[in-house]
Amino acid sequence: MKRRVIFLICLAILGAAGSGFESSLPVYTRQSDTTIFKVPANFPKPVYDFKGNRVSDAGFRLGRMLFYDPLISRDKSISCANCHQSFAAFAQLDHAVSHGVDECLGTRNTPALFNLAWQKEFMWDGGIHHIELSPITAMTNECEMASNLQEIVVRLNASEKYPALFKQVFHRDAINSQSVFRALAQFTSMLVSADSKYDQYIRHENNVVFTTDEQAGYAIFKAKCSACHTEPLFTDRSYRSNGLDKHPDDIGRDSITHQADDIGKFRVPSLRNVEVSGPYMHDGRFNSLKEVLEHYNTGVVSSPNLDPLLKKNGVLGIRLDHTEQLRLLAFLKTLTDTKFINDKRFQDPNKIKSK
Amino acid sequence: MKSKYWALISLFSISIISKAWSQTLPADSGKLILHFKNVVNGQPLRLNDTAVNYHNSHGDKFTINTFKYYISNIVLFDDQGKKITLPPAYFLINAADSTTFDPVLTHVPPGKYSAISLMIGVDSARNFAGAQEGCLDPAQGMFWTWNSGYIFLKLEGISPQSNAKLHRLTFHVGGVKPQNTIRVQTIPLKKELIIGAGQTAKAVIITHIDALFSGKNQVDFSRLSFTMGGPNAVLIADNYATSLFTAWEETQR
Repeated sequence: MKRRVIFLICLAILGAAGSGFESSLPVYTRQSDTTIFKVPANFPKPVYDFKGNRVSDAGFRLGRMLFYDPLISRDKSISCANCHQSFAAFAQLDHAVSHGVDECLGTRNTPALFNLAWQKEFMWDGGIHHIELSPITAMTNECEMASNLQEIVVRLNASEKYPALFKQVFHRDAINSQSVFRALAQFTSMLVSADSKYDQYIRHENNVVFTTDEQAGYAIFKAKCSACHTEPLFTDRSYRSNGLDKHPDDIGRDSITHQADDIGKFRVPSLRNVEVSGPYMHDGRFNSLKEVLEHYNTGVVSSPNLDPLLKKNGVLGIRLDHTEQLRLLAFLKTLTDTKFINDKRFQDPNKIKSK
Repeated sequence: MKSKYWALISLFSISIISKAWSQTLPADSGKLILHFKNVVNGQPLRLNDTAVNYHNSHGDKFTINTFKYYISNIVLFDDQGKKITLPPAYFLINAADSTTFDPVLTHVPPGKYSAISLMIGVDSARNFAGAQEGCLDPAQGMFWTWNSGYIFLKLEGISPQSNAKLHRLTFHVGGVKPQNTIRVQTIPLKKELIIGAGQTAKAVIITHIDALFSGKNQVDFSRLSFTMGGPNAVLIADNYATSLFTAWEETQR
């Protein structure tokens, strides 16, 4: 006990001393490890502080193994990767809503996973406040993995491979839910997407230039979209109603805040990798970006909570003529990070080996 | 180079401070054991007992299957009215597990104390700090999985007056934003509690379950039998805010 107190004091002192030379130390990754969490030059400081959970090679690999392991779901039939597919920027291709155990269809579209270390809140309604806890919803939702934390921890402790791997990362004899969440966070926080054509253009890398259409689309984007889909994350991380329904079936943010003016509001999603992460909207109602742009052009319906930016000067929506839509699409495609979606580090380790 | 320099200084200060702590800790501080007794209608709580005839102030009958709550951020007030904040500690009192009834507070400075204050719930700094362990492990079943954050106090039971399925009572009190259900109660101690250096004192805290359903908002189970955070949870938290606990007796050994 005494030893533990002393250890904690040491940590506190190290932490205090650390603040003096923060910039010179890789605070997000354990020293000597090669799995490095880097803040891209055009990005702000991440929200996740990696406190007590700096990324390590072994931790990242363990998190990835858990992410691809169906052992987490009640009937061991699905893993996180069933709905979060690397080639779709970790959204689910062609599925309007999530698809859980027993063929259960959920009510909301699987969100893409990237740049999570910059995210303050998670899920379409923002109900989860911390990256480490973000898997808890899918793990326990009856229509997703339908398991519970006790069961997951028991299974992992009883498995052949996991106890030694957890011990290597967390230096403890037994696996608990905290280690599971932290291991997963070591993987999910590493899912950084910041190498699209847009990023290279902004950072003046590789002599990348925009085409005329892309350049024109970027100007339209800045004039008409960026108030909500703010650079460089392409979301202002707020909750808004974008005029999908007069009477929303899904109350959205209100289910968390219990406030009438949040009915029908959802988290503004990032537009990064939007080309590959359809279907779109919280319920996956639009299959193509063309439909999405047409919604903003002519489909926005009025409701008490409709975002004021979508009824400026009494005009519903955002007028976008055919040419503007084409240009905007050209720009949105510059946000596709092919290096990210093809990154072998983030793919199923079992499949990569067998290839 | 710079980091090496800092590391040396850190190591040096660690050795000094840890030495100081190891020397002063045992001699200078005492312990306080809080013994929690859960009580309904003046009787010790019996879980899952259908023979008990508990009733709320509205006259509705009920039984209790689950009763759990967090206490944290414990503060002592000495006989001069000075406030002594104890080191961060979190305890889950679970009526179904008697090993949780006697949380031990360590590092209590010696002194004469006239009141104790308990936070019912978990402070926001810890609540939103990511995955926790021990009694704050979400596997304890006191954590909302779709709306992350701790359930500060949970009572489940049955009342014939409840209109819910199977006449269930489900009172899950928690949430901070925008409806805050964190409550801090300061409890006067009937007799001055003296804690000497290296000594262990004990205080008995009575938890009055009746307090959930009366006070600011009298609860009629036919109208309110379910809270899951939100405005209704605030009604319950407001009820028990100043009346959940009393201190009954204090002994020293």
